[in-house]
Amino acid sequence: MTTLSQALWVLLLGSLLGLELIGKVPPTLHTPLMSGANAISGITVLASITLIANAQANPALLILGSVSLGFALFNVIGGFLVTDRMLAMFSRKKSGGAR
Amino acid sequence: MNVLDLFGYSIDLLAVLLLALGLKGLSTVRSARSANGLAALAMGLAVLGLLLQLQPDPIAWLWIAIGTAIGGLLGLVTARRVPMTAMPETVAFFNGCGGMASLLVAMAVALYDSDGADLVELISIVISVFVGAITFTGSIAAMGKLQGWLGTPGWTQSSVRHGVNITLAIAALVGGFTMPGDPTGAPLWILLGASSLLGIGVTLPIGGADMPVVISLLNSYSGVAAAAAGFVVGSQLLIVAGAMVGAAGLILTQVMCTGMNRSLVSVLFGGALGGSAPVGGGGDEAGYTRIVSCSAEECAMALENAERVVFVPGYGLAVAQAQHALRELSKLLEANGSEVSYAIHPVAGRMPGHMNVLLAEADVPYEQLLEMDTINPDFPRTDVVIVLGANDVVNPDAKNDAQSPLYGMPVLEVDQARQVFVVKRSLGAGYARHKNALFELPQTAMVFGDAKAVLQQLCTELRSQGVGKAA
Repeated sequence: MTTLSQALWVLLLGSLLGLELIGKVPPTLHTPLMSGANAISGITVLASITLIANAQANPALLILGSVSLGFALFNVIGGFLVTDRMLAMFSRKKSGGAR
Repeated sequence: MNVLDLFGYSIDLLAVLLLALGLKGLSTVRSARSANGLAALAMGLAVLGLLLQLQPDPIAWLWIAIGTAIGGLLGLVTARRVPMTAMPETVAFFNGCGGMASLLVAMAVALYDSDGADLVELISIVISVFVGAITFTGSIAAMGKLQGWLGTPGWTQSSVRHGVNITLAIAALVGGFTMPGDPTGAPLWILLGASSLLGIGVTLPIGGADMPVVISLLNSYSGVAAAAAGFVVGSQLLIVAGAMVGAAGLILTQVMCTGMNRSLVSVLFGGALGGSAPVGGGGDEAGYTRIVSCSAEECAMALENAERVVFVPGYGLAVAQAQHALRELSKLLEANGSEVSYAIHPVAGRMPGHMNVLLAEADVPYEQLLEMDTINPDFPRTDVVIVLGANDVVNPDAKNDAQSPLYGMPVLEVDQARQVFVVKRSLGAGYARHKNALFELPQTAMVFGDAKAVLQQLCTELRSQGVGKAA
């Protein structure tokens, strides 16, 4: 369904978007941002699911797909939660107004 | 095109939009947390949309459920359990797993589903395996180094490593170029083996201080691996998201390098900072001649009379888990009428922002954390600076000594303050393995001991002087 030229355009525009998205980042946020971006890179879950869905009962594909889904989801869930844990520490300070 | 397709496409587009907004929002403090939630929502939407489009059969559902349950549960438990101090290695580990996932997809397609695959698909597989394997082994090596499981072997500091890595890269290239002719045969395994070793080979020589940059770069790689996997399975959404994260990761890496006054090239190919330099004592205690050490009591007395106190936290604080003790001490000092702030060097700890996270955990007010450029002009009017387990980031040689491997790195100018106490376990060198001229200055005194123990002692001393009774 995807032609090569379409896919390449998508690649190009996606890369350009990524280059522009992040400009100035306060050092405070370097770690959370890295961690959040890391969680997003677990988007490869989509590849794992596609692999499983198109496996047509080929056991090797099913198993490898499932294992890779496990790895990717570990990255996604763990990544988002850890990022949230870090960021929660900043926001609690804001709303709580400790002083 | 039927209605369901249209619905699927709109979900995809919405997911990309939200991912982009999420990534953008993560770079400002106020919006960061909701942006993270937004990105997570986008991810959920993308998966939902994909499932609607693919309509998996029951067997596929079963395997999806198994993978989801195991990966999701482990992710949940890991994220909850891992201590804040171990954040850099945790991110590295998560990242490695993401690379592994792309690698596995590509390997599965190559081995069991490559009949009738066209050249584009085969090339995508090669890229996915190459980048995925490097991401995985590189991240694991980075994690191992941060955890202290892996050292920096001697050969990795000589030029031998370039030979080894170039050989591995050539082997990977040969495997990659011959693989399309024989998708399931030896070339694929050569590619896999060589790329895996290459990931380790390029990460191992890099010193601990540069590790955050490496993790950020590997994070960018895992985006590239995801985009390549997108080509393999024909998913535009995956290509966009992967490319976006890959590019954004590259920018973040660049931002971090700038903060450390290092170029990406010197991080990647320069070896451990100063690791092979013959001067500087390389971690031993020799070389210091004018060290004054003092007890916690003396330090407490100085603090009691100080109007303005600045704490400089470093990795030693994180290791000692001393953030709560530090907060307690600063509360006492505030009750005593001192003005307290914290000087945060951009690369203090082992990851940019590491100290902010750590101090936030101990309820330190956000406004008291001052960045290097803000606080440097204030040091001359600061009575007492307490350096807690930081070393290279306060080394005045970075400004004064052109021979120093640190020369040119922006540092906190604590040597301008009236009195400096350095809380440290020993005189061992920092990551740069370079002697710290600060320790020998006349206004500097060393308080030897574990940061947490020393801070608690200081609290006890101050209380026994009657400080903080009223509060």
